[in-house]
Amino acid sequence: MADTSRLRTGDLLSLASLGLRMRRLRAALSALGIAIGIAAIVGVLGITQSSESDLLGQIDRLGTNLLTVQNGHTFNGAEANLPVTAPAMIGHMPAVDHVAATSLLSPSIYRTDLVPGYESGGIGVRAADSALLATLDGSLLQGTFLNAATARYPVVVLGFGAARYLGIDRLDQPTHVWIAHRWFTVIGIMDRLPLAPEIDQSVLVGWPIAQSALGFNGYPTRIYVRTITSQTSAVDALLAATADPQDPEQVAVSRPSDALAARLAVQSSSTSLILGLGAIALLVGGLGIANVMFVSVLERRSEIGLRRALGATRGHIAAQFLAEALLLSTLGGILGVAAGIVATAGYATSRNWSILVPPISIWAALSAAIVVGAVAGLYPAIRAARLLPTQALRST
Amino acid sequence: MTAAMIELQKVGHRYPGQPAVESLRDVDLIIHAGELVAVMGPSGSGKTTLLHIVGTLDRPTSGTVRIAGLNVSGMSDRELSGFRAARLGFVFQQFFLLDGMSVLDNVAAGLLYRGLDPASRRRAALEALDRVGLGHRLRHRPGQLSGGERQRTAIARAIAGRPAVVLADEPTGNLDSLSGAGIVDALRDLNRDGTTVIVITHSPVVAGAMHRTIEIKDGRIEADSDG
Repeated sequence: MADTSRLRTGDLLSLASLGLRMRRLRAALSALGIAIGIAAIVGVLGITQSSESDLLGQIDRLGTNLLTVQNGHTFNGAEANLPVTAPAMIGHMPAVDHVAATSLLSPSIYRTDLVPGYESGGIGVRAADSALLATLDGSLLQGTFLNAATARYPVVVLGFGAARYLGIDRLDQPTHVWIAHRWFTVIGIMDRLPLAPEIDQSVLVGWPIAQSALGFNGYPTRIYVRTITSQTSAVDALLAATADPQDPEQVAVSRPSDALAARLAVQSSSTSLILGLGAIALLVGGLGIANVMFVSVLERRSEIGLRRALGATRGHIAAQFLAEALLLSTLGGILGVAAGIVATAGYATSRNWSILVPPISIWAALSAAIVVGAVAGLYPAIRAARLLPTQALRST
Repeated sequence: MTAAMIELQKVGHRYPGQPAVESLRDVDLIIHAGELVAVMGPSGSGKTTLLHIVGTLDRPTSGTVRIAGLNVSGMSDRELSGFRAARLGFVFQQFFLLDGMSVLDNVAAGLLYRGLDPASRRRAALEALDRVGLGHRLRHRPGQLSGGERQRTAIARAIAGRPAVVLADEPTGNLDSLSGAGIVDALRDLNRDGTTVIVITHSPVVAGAMHRTIEIKDGRIEADSDG
């Protein structure tokens, strides 16, 4: 006849929780190690994903079809002249939608005529085409942009950053700024232009008034080109030769959206760093669980002996301790996932991003926690199972 | 008397080491079903080793052990575990109750490795607790009980599965004489219902309450009141 030991699955689960219920604080602390690792992983993946989707959305909204043309031979980062004919030549290219030339001018700008001459605060004065607004797909916070008529008069439009620097945020009163010993009236304030931060920091004047009042020689220094999206690369390739047929090597063409895309790459590299740290935290958490399980096996020798006397097989003993380690790590994993989601939600909300936690990161994190628990619990469980009943019962 | 419940033939047991300790030497012993036996002897005489071998918790180095007609010497660890779960009950000097669980759950844990459903385990546990006179202490924690009550809980745990043999290792060793007398009564009641009971004890009073006394010294049976 065969008398066999049997342990029901439901009973194994309550056995697994027995040790945790008896030593709650210890269980909580060791699960916390796992929770921190998992929270770091889920949080970082969630925050990265949320910010990536925000960046991609920005790039989508701003468009990848904007190109800028500059003279590549710049001195000390200052903008150098391009041929006068460049804007018109570029405008004749087939896939070009809009072209707008700008030119950085030398005079400084002041809020009033009383500011001493050296305090211009990084704000530049630029001559600009009236097509600039359409080319950059920009919008105005206040007032209007330059047009063919106003471009001839002493009026300016402020970039977002320039308006802030000058302390001008509304135009319901006539507002003036002091440029080259002359008052200019502010007619508009632009919204932020993420693809053209140099315009944000500029005060824009019309092309004709710049020539007549500010000694502008008429050479553009930076040209913005908006192309048909599918033809952007083709235009890019021909732009230098078109802008300056004599000396195309002098011309530098760039794509501002590339800078945003580069941020994605930077972000993903810092993500892998933090993921690595999360993995280390998880590993340390696993060591903590292994440690706690070893102590538990030592402390519960007589319980092991008793269970062997009651008919538990070695397998039952191993299963009990392994299940306890798994339960600890799974609880830690669930706690960590919850914390990671909360962190992502908090951060994304503070940045006005939509909350995105990739489901795969949740499953991967939970699986990682379970694997860590299994590995951490395996050796202590085997040690417990290998105890001879007589050794276990020999109380200290 | 009836058939042999426990049959030891030339059983020897040696603990390896430097020097090796010979804890049992050539022990021949027959205990019949329904006997109530005391095992006495000085510390280190081999009493506990004998109990462990009879309880299949340890294996003899030589000789054969038959329990309930089965040769347990050749069984695997797994088979022995099943055998213990089904046929043997243990009572220890230190009680070995789990503090995290109620008295009822401690007793029901005695049936855990039988694969019974929780409801029938509790039913059997209730019955066993009634038998040892602890039907009123079900929800208490072991820490809230007196020593005598704890040992009676442990006896209830041992008998919940209605084992053929109950093995008790100094069950009164940690108790005062009054509580000890209660334990002796419980073991005698158990035996009256047909269970074979073997008790290790230092106490002549406890031994006097048993039907047969075996004395062990230096791993050999020195005296057997039935021999």
